Amino acid sequence: MTAPPVLDVADLRVSIRGDEGIAKILDHISFRLERGRILGIVGESGCGKSTLIKSVLGILSSGARIERGEIRFEGENLLAMGDKRLNREIRGSRIGFIPQDPYLALNPVFTVGAQLLEIMRWHAPKSVRNHREHLIALLRRVQLPDPEAALDRYPHQFSGGQRQRLVIAGALACAPTLIVADEPTTALDVTTQGQILVLLRELVEEFGLSMLFVTHDLGVVAELCDDLCVIYAGQSVETGPTVQVLREPAHPYTRALLACHPDRSEHFTGIPGLVPSPLKAPPGCRFAPRCTSARPACPERPPHYVAAGQGHAVDCILHEGSGA
Amino acid sequence: MLRFIARRTLLAVPSLLGLLIITFVMIRLVPADPAAALAGDNATPEQVAQIRAQYGLDQPLPVQFLKYLSDVARFDFGDSVYSSRPVAIDIVQRLPATLELTFAALFLATALGIPLGVVAALNHNRWPDFVLRIVSIGGVALATFWIAIMFQLLFAMKLDWLPLRGRSSVGISFAGGPTGFLMLDALLKGRLDVFWDAFRHLVLPALTLSLGGIATITRFTRAGVLDTMQKDFVTYERAVGYPHRRLVWVYVLRNSVVASVTQIGLLFGSLIAGAVVVESIFDWPGLGSYTVNAILTADFKVMLAVTLLVGVIYAAVNILTDIVHGLIDPRLRDQA
Repeated sequence: MTAPPVLDVADLRVSIRGDEGIAKILDHISFRLERGRILGIVGESGCGKSTLIKSVLGILSSGARIERGEIRFEGENLLAMGDKRLNREIRGSRIGFIPQDPYLALNPVFTVGAQLLEIMRWHAPKSVRNHREHLIALLRRVQLPDPEAALDRYPHQFSGGQRQRLVIAGALACAPTLIVADEPTTALDVTTQGQILVLLRELVEEFGLSMLFVTHDLGVVAELCDDLCVIYAGQSVETGPTVQVLREPAHPYTRALLACHPDRSEHFTGIPGLVPSPLKAPPGCRFAPRCTSARPACPERPPHYVAAGQGHAVDCILHEGSGA
Repeated sequence: MLRFIARRTLLAVPSLLGLLIITFVMIRLVPADPAAALAGDNATPEQVAQIRAQYGLDQPLPVQFLKYLSDVARFDFGDSVYSSRPVAIDIVQRLPATLELTFAALFLATALGIPLGVVAALNHNRWPDFVLRIVSIGGVALATFWIAIMFQLLFAMKLDWLPLRGRSSVGISFAGGPTGFLMLDALLKGRLDVFWDAFRHLVLPALTLSLGGIATITRFTRAGVLDTMQKDFVTYERAVGYPHRRLVWVYVLRNSVVASVTQIGLLFGSLIAGAVVVESIFDWPGLGSYTVNAILTADFKVMLAVTLLVGVIYAAVNILTDIVHGLIDPRLRDQA
């Protein structure tokens, strides 16, 4: 029997009730993260990336509702787990979290030591005797200068890169198996960004982690991730090994996105049209109105993956019946 | 931190100087001639002139102002017309009673207002929030004197749970102690009976005085917590599994109370002002009732001294508020 994937999200649908009605923020999100790998979730701003992260961590706001689907973490359905158990056994313990902007994510009126030790106080494994020493060792590992003194300082007294190293140490502190990273390099300059990516790669191998890496940046994904899953307007449209998807993109949206990337095109190009509002999204493919190869059936076709190669799946009518 | 405190203290100096100038000018602008008031209704113009000379009121203004400054510096405010004793001594005797009352009210307002504000915010737009909003609007809107009389009617006259007025019961003999705070002195001397009696006398006036403050602090804490709950760090703290209660009562609250602390500082000023009414109704032997008498008898020396005192207390409380801000929020400390 093979071990279950670290994270297996299947047909997830999340809606948020707002003043203007019910918006299906996520509609058919499916992907798998296998042990020891880094899976990049790629999508534009507003495609539902942060809703996806909050769903995995079970911290959706009170207006949001998971209508359908499963989120299995090491074989266990997180959606069936009560909030108490999630807070005690999953969040901060088995799943570590790296936030997007550590300046905003750290509490400004507490020392970073107090904040990171608070995570350990509730979630550190029993084998870790001295939390402070363990944390200092981790801070040294993530190359934060002067880690002992750092614990007594406040978030605003660090640089952006240092703060990112602090929250990375916080994510590692309680020996997780999965790390969820929410665009952890977006707030950084390019040089620091590169260093952090190298560090994350090293840590994943060194600590035997798996990582869900959410970003809007295909370049970062190409550099860091083993696999990727492309999301458009709340739907996962394509997933597979990074190398294969980037070489042979199967979904028209992935192709359009790659064509937009400045490394790949000589002229500045965009995708004509706008992302549809989740309030008025069609039941089928949400990219259909902007798709150059759309067919009349696209807006009505229920979303589901079709195989497009080894470990490579695409949610598109064009690949239906094309083998597999 | 010491630099921060020194800076905030120095900032109070110009305010106090301004207060001295304004009080000095105001006394000279009052339509009533203080010399005539002192001399009495049947005084001859010669007697008025004599009194004017006696108090230096015929000197040029700058000279008068310097004399005023040196008097204030020596706490020499002259004698009260009403009690015929030095104003400074009257104040020293009565100030502890007022401070006892205002501190008690401030304590109630903070101890009740902050938790109520948090509860309201956590139940945003559900029934506890609505109830607390209505009650807190009521707490601000209802007139203090009306509430005071209703409390007296209900708890003192009808139910007979608490004394009607005064600071201690007739028949209790207690010489007082070093602080002038009755409850504290009673504890220091081990007189639990006196302490209990003083406490029972304090409940109604302090509660009356605190109602507006409870309402204000509840509203500001509620708004502060609601605002803080939207911050990214709350999402982070939830994502890394902080226990819910600690997240709210420690990590969110400390960020939210900055606005509440400002209000507590401002509140202290309005409590001292409110004490005037409450002390009169409950016959509390503090500065408030003393000041009301002074106003009614045009005892301008008392009014002057009380105004300056309230100004100094206000400035001190503001410095204290700033220091507490600095303690709560490290970013403020680093700016200074």
